[in-house]
Amino acid sequence: MKKYECINEMDLSFISKSNNESFARATISAFVSQLDPTIDELTDIKTSVSEAVTNCIAHAYNEQIGIIYINAKIFSNGKISIKIRDKGVGIDDVDQAMEPLFTTGGSDRSGLGFAVMKSFMDRVKVKSYVGKGTTVLMEKSIIRRSNKNEK
Amino acid sequence: MGVSILSNSKEGLKISISGDIDHHSSSDMRIKIDSFIEKYHPKIVILDFSSVSFMDTSGIGLILGRFKLTERMGIKLEVVNARNRVKRIIEFSGIKSLGILK
Ligand SMILES: Nc1ncnc2c1ncn2[C@@H]1O[C@H](COP(=O)(O)OP(=O)(O)O)[C@@H](O)[C@H]1O
Ligand SMILES: [Mg+2]
Repeated sequence: MKKYECINEMDLSFISKSNNESFARATISAFVSQLDPTIDELTDIKTSVSEAVTNCIAHAYNEQIGIIYINAKIFSNGKISIKIRDKGVGIDDVDQAMEPLFTTGGSDRSGLGFAVMKSFMDRVKVKSYVGKGTTVLMEKSIIRRSNKNEK
Repeated sequence: MGVSILSNSKEGLKISISGDIDHHSSSDMRIKIDSFIEKYHPKIVILDFSSVSFMDTSGIGLILGRFKLTERMGIKLEVVNARNRVKRIIEFSGIKSLGILK
């Protein structure tokens, strides 16, 4: 398989205050926009980032203050990869956590965050160590405009 | 941005929600919506989503929580005018089967 070249990259870190959820969405939107995504593609990415960042704030750091790291890369074939990392409590059983409706949160959490990420992105991979933290890697290919017009 | 009453009659209470619904904004929205419901105790609560610009699963939790509350109080709940992209995540969640999405 051909390895595609990384043509742009960004790193972002911010503290786990919940008003940074919209900041993370806006930043990722601005970065991804250079690929000229459709509004649907952009919404999928924004929503998935919002889910992962919310999980860092609500679960990993459990409303305490920690740092959230985002790394995003754009590849020459139109693929975008986004890594969202925390140094929080970690997840004991990742498979169980990723099951739809599973939640350790209160009554106002739906347990659908990972399900949304999996459905809205092409690929989602989660690595987690209890007491050390969690990394969520998400990938999505943005269809090039010329191909979009053919549809 | 936020939560406000659009109309309030004996028949129903129509509440407008505007802006982004995420984990940050939803707790404030929840408190406001619930206080309106408890204050007026209408027959029907209509949540107008026409001004919701973005929503993640925190919005699903918000709707589900209000559904449980209104059901307990014997009140009918409706969610109306969600834009396509907001509708998509509502439909994805399966809460459409509750029959509240109009
Ligand atoms: N970054 C994280 N750190 C620790 N636990 C997490 C993290 N992300 C997810 N989880 C765990 O996985 C569960 C499921 O997450 P999710 O599907 O987003 O649903 P929800 O956030 O509504 O609970 C959470 O309730 C939590 O227990
Ligand atoms: Mg979540």
